[in-house]
Amino acid sequence: MADNLPTEFDVVIIGTGLPESILAAACSRSGHRVLHVDSRSYYGGNWASFSFSGLLSWLKEYQQNGDTEEETAAAWQDLIHETEEAIALCKKDETIQHTEVFCYASQNSGDSVHEIGALQKNASSVASSTFTEPLPSAELPEERHSYVTNNEMPAKHASESDSKISVEEGDVEESPEKEKYCGDKTCIHPGSDGDKVENKPIVDDDNNQLKRNVITYHQMVQESRRFNIDLVSKLLYSQGSLIDLLIKSNVSHYAEFKNVTRILAFREGKVEQVPCSRADVFNSKELTMVEKRVLMKFLTFCLDYEQHPGEYQDFQQCLFSEFLKTKKLTPNLQHFILHSIAMTSESSCTTLDGLKATKNFLQCLGRFGNTPFLFPLYGQGEIPQCFCRMCAVFGGIYCLRHTIQCLVVDKESRRCKAVIDRFGQRINADYFIVEDSYLNKETCSDVQYKQISRAVLITDQSILKADSDQQISILIVPPVEPGASSVRVIELCSSTMTCMKDTYLVHLTCESSKTAREDLESVVKKLFTPLTETEVDKEELRKPSLLWALYFNMRDSSGVSRSSYCGLPCNVYVCSGPDSGLGSEHAVKLAETMFQEIFPSEEFCPPPPNPEDIIFDGDDKQADAPGTHTTTVANLESPEESKKLESPLQS
Amino acid sequence: MHGRLKVKTSEEQAEAKRLEREQKLKLYQSATQAIFQKRQAGELDESVLELTSQILGANPDFATLWNCRREVLQQLEAQKSPEELAALVKAELVFLESCLRVNPKSYGTWHHRCWLLGRLPEPNWARELELCARFLEVDERNFHCWDYRRFVAAQAAVPPAEELAFTDSLITRNFSNYSSWHYRSCLLPQLHPQPDSSPQGRLPEDVLLKELELVQNAFFTDPNDQSAWFYHRWLLGRADPQDALRCLHVSRDEACVTISFSRPLLVGSGTETLLLVADQSPLIVEWRTPDGRNRPSHVWCSQLCDLPAASLSDQLPQHTFRVIWTAGDAQKECVLLKGRREAWCRDSATDEQLFRCELSVEKSTVLQSELKSCKELQELEPENKWCLLTIILLMRALDPLLYEKETLQYFQTLKAVDPMRAAYLDDLRSKFLLENSVLKMEYAEVRVLHLAHKDLTVLCHLEQLLLVTHLDLSHNRLRTLPPALAALRCLQVLQASDNSIESLDGVANLPQLQELSLCNNRLQQPAALQSLASCPRLALLDLQGNPLCQEGGILDHLAKLLPSVRSILT
Repeated sequence: MADNLPTEFDVVIIGTGLPESILAAACSRSGHRVLHVDSRSYYGGNWASFSFSGLLSWLKEYQQNGDTEEETAAAWQDLIHETEEAIALCKKDETIQHTEVFCYASQNSGDSVHEIGALQKNASSVASSTFTEPLPSAELPEERHSYVTNNEMPAKHASESDSKISVEEGDVEESPEKEKYCGDKTCIHPGSDGDKVENKPIVDDDNNQLKRNVITYHQMVQESRRFNIDLVSKLLYSQGSLIDLLIKSNVSHYAEFKNVTRILAFREGKVEQVPCSRADVFNSKELTMVEKRVLMKFLTFCLDYEQHPGEYQDFQQCLFSEFLKTKKLTPNLQHFILHSIAMTSESSCTTLDGLKATKNFLQCLGRFGNTPFLFPLYGQGEIPQCFCRMCAVFGGIYCLRHTIQCLVVDKESRRCKAVIDRFGQRINADYFIVEDSYLNKETCSDVQYKQISRAVLITDQSILKADSDQQISILIVPPVEPGASSVRVIELCSSTMTCMKDTYLVHLTCESSKTAREDLESVVKKLFTPLTETEVDKEELRKPSLLWALYFNMRDSSGVSRSSYCGLPCNVYVCSGPDSGLGSEHAVKLAETMFQEIFPSEEFCPPPPNPEDIIFDGDDKQADAPGTHTTTVANLESPEESKKLESPLQS
Repeated sequence: MHGRLKVKTSEEQAEAKRLEREQKLKLYQSATQAIFQKRQAGELDESVLELTSQILGANPDFATLWNCRREVLQQLEAQKSPEELAALVKAELVFLESCLRVNPKSYGTWHHRCWLLGRLPEPNWARELELCARFLEVDERNFHCWDYRRFVAAQAAVPPAEELAFTDSLITRNFSNYSSWHYRSCLLPQLHPQPDSSPQGRLPEDVLLKELELVQNAFFTDPNDQSAWFYHRWLLGRADPQDALRCLHVSRDEACVTISFSRPLLVGSGTETLLLVADQSPLIVEWRTPDGRNRPSHVWCSQLCDLPAASLSDQLPQHTFRVIWTAGDAQKECVLLKGRREAWCRDSATDEQLFRCELSVEKSTVLQSELKSCKELQELEPENKWCLLTIILLMRALDPLLYEKETLQYFQTLKAVDPMRAAYLDDLRSKFLLENSVLKMEYAEVRVLHLAHKDLTVLCHLEQLLLVTHLDLSHNRLRTLPPALAALRCLQVLQASDNSIESLDGVANLPQLQELSLCNNRLQQPAALQSLASCPRLALLDLQGNPLCQEGGILDHLAKLLPSVRSILT
């Protein structure tokens, strides 16, 4: 199949993260020939979402990353002409570090663990629909390679399969004890309290005092596909640039969203709901009448603060937190505004920035619901895939598990002319877009990176119980020491299609100062109790129990400027990985700026034409006959139908 | 180029759109024509249903076509079997729903649905309630749907508690919903019927307090939302007082009996509604209003000289007069003693009875706590007109005289923040000041009323002044003396100098008026004084400082116009 890959493209894009995928859609939409490749077996790069066992495999891949044997790659040196030189691309992904896994759920199980309907990572399994072998794909034999052509769109979501495919036991149940992956080495160590999990009979307790159903590790593996665990935890601002882009480009049709239902605050050791909309303030039982008025008054002021310069100009240089103190706001209201609404730092945010952030939050309210945020069903990883699909609809060609070995640069013009893939095929193009994790050490020798600390928790109940157990909540936990980074907690319920029934998926994110666990563990301890330490008799008061926890650090290259990379040709563009922000504004802006740099005269992701307005203008003579175009009317909304549109273009 | 998308140009698009519109119009017109022809020919069959559905589907506001459909359906009712009819009705309901989706605020569509449901032997009300809930979810302020919901709830006898819970859920979502609040005000009295003795439409205190808290949440959250304030006013307002016979007055000189009611009522001739008994014998009198128009009125008088001489003769030690109001089941009696020229009997005046205050409930503690929280809000929102107005109304309801000064200050603030309604506020202020003055007069038990220097812009409650003999209205901003002034049957001296009076319509048929001062007003024409001729005892008239005094020969003119007036100053 690899031989069939065309050799001439306008744009070659390496990496399927969000900015690369947006660019792919934009270029393809403008009529450029796009080849979009990723050496990984899944879409999204560090923006991906995984099923539970998919995540375990992903972890394993990082653990084995170091000892991976060199793949049998075709020699490429011969393909370089004398007037050319090669810039090799990096084969080892070093963006993830300090992975640590803790399992608190009971791993007692006589049976071997089966994953129901186990397929691999959704997108890749469909992309390579003939293969159902398990991840990791580190030592993929040659024939596993496949690529998606534009009539095989990345699937929105793999359909449930009834067939049970067992996962090798070693894959997921390597050890009955807690596993800990430290960097590249696996070290097994006892539970933090020194007890072994097996010594705490929880499920099989005969005089079982628990009324609730305790989820076991093997249930989580069994229901693995119910999980869609995001590597980056983000939300969409309902008036943000990503939403605007999704709507403008019609890409929104490929995804479904849910409104975040609650904004929470953590104050004086307690989690409480933040009233932020008019209806919330009206319904709040916690606020006094006067507090309601003062809060509403301040929020109303923030909505058009530019019109009232007298109110804040004396404080422009002051901290926002100081400004709030002058506004008759009670301490709890100050906390709500500073941390939960403006989501700013107490010790560094200026009044003007705080007002801007508050206004942005408030403007997003009410567009889709009572909070300013949306979450994509099936996880954040859907979004890059949606853009990829748009790209494919307009003729982009997709190859996963397709490693690019090097960039070919013309010595004289200092322009990149082609890439050479692992099969030794030379693919020519005018422009090259590369995700930064593919760049080699020499290119990045001057680059300084920030780090993001992440934790992924699976818990048994919500951090704030409410009438409905299907809540999507965001909580900002301010730092204990001033100057440190605050921790963003996003709790997802099962109806977001990211976790199994009766569990919650909790994402913690902050800017790193140490390893992820060191940065985040204190917050985790404040909000949760490990299942093994849960006191069974205090059902009402207890904190949610931790079933499983993962900590890792992700490289944040969002702040790196183009000029810090050495020796890159001018027609090679670099996309950064995810930033630590809540929205995806950075990725959208990056993609748009880059697109405009490459194609200054073209519109960025214009709306696709109305199906009724599309005229099929093929080579065949019938095209001129009246009425022909009615037969080629295609609905771009569903992949099945878009195939109809695309198939004639194949010929 | 091979395999590229080609998109129509904007001209091509516009052309395609134009053709489409033309086609639509043709269809629309031909269908309309066909319907009217069939209707004229009396062919009311299913084809008419089909044709009308084509048009109504696109334009549900075509009322004539709904009428057509009703005619057809009525016709078919007689012809079809029950099964066929059921299918027809089902189709009609589905069609109505699709029309409502086109325009959820179409009068014709909602009306047609009411009509249809009303004719069904076994309507599915639960489904209709669900439909309402759906439409209100889309637009919680669609009053067409609210109307329909009330219709459905009444027909299906939905328990008020369930409907109240429904309004709860909508108010929780968005409290700027006048329809929801209004529906509460209808449901709550149904849910909590009061014993007969207490005023109608009132709520038990615990319910009232809960509602007050709810509505306070609303106006503290958004004090500029008027729906909450209106509901607040309803909660604290009191129901209409019972109709009452307030006062009975007998004048020997005029040979006249006058009564006043608590609200304008119509009294027929003869004895059916109002029966006069003098010294135990019923008298036939003709009741009239002071202005002679015999419209519903507070004050009614017996025709002058209707009373027989015997019943007023000064020979006997006393005469007893009794008026029996048959419709209101009430009566009043007074005794005219020998040597007296008049006699009266009236209810002792208290503020609560005298004036129907805008706000008033039994418990002043509730009012006090409301006043406190409104003042709290006012401190935060010094410029909120709703809050200021509510404070004024609460103070009036609590103690009009005690809070008089404070009320006037609030009026000042209110006028400054709401200049658009300055005239309304002036009138309201005048009304309150007048009420206060009347109260003071009543407490002092005098018949002299001083209203000078009060900045009054309007006169009201004049029907309360039946017994007043001296009225001072000088130095105000009055522009007219209104017809209701004719109710002042005992008025002898009227001072109205230094106003902006242009007309004197009300100074007519005042039997006792002797002195009238109108210095420094804006009377332009002698003709404006015409009505004064009907005051038989007017002897002194002061017109100095009016424009009409500049006219030549004005004195002669006036002497001719008002021959009985002894002295006219110009």
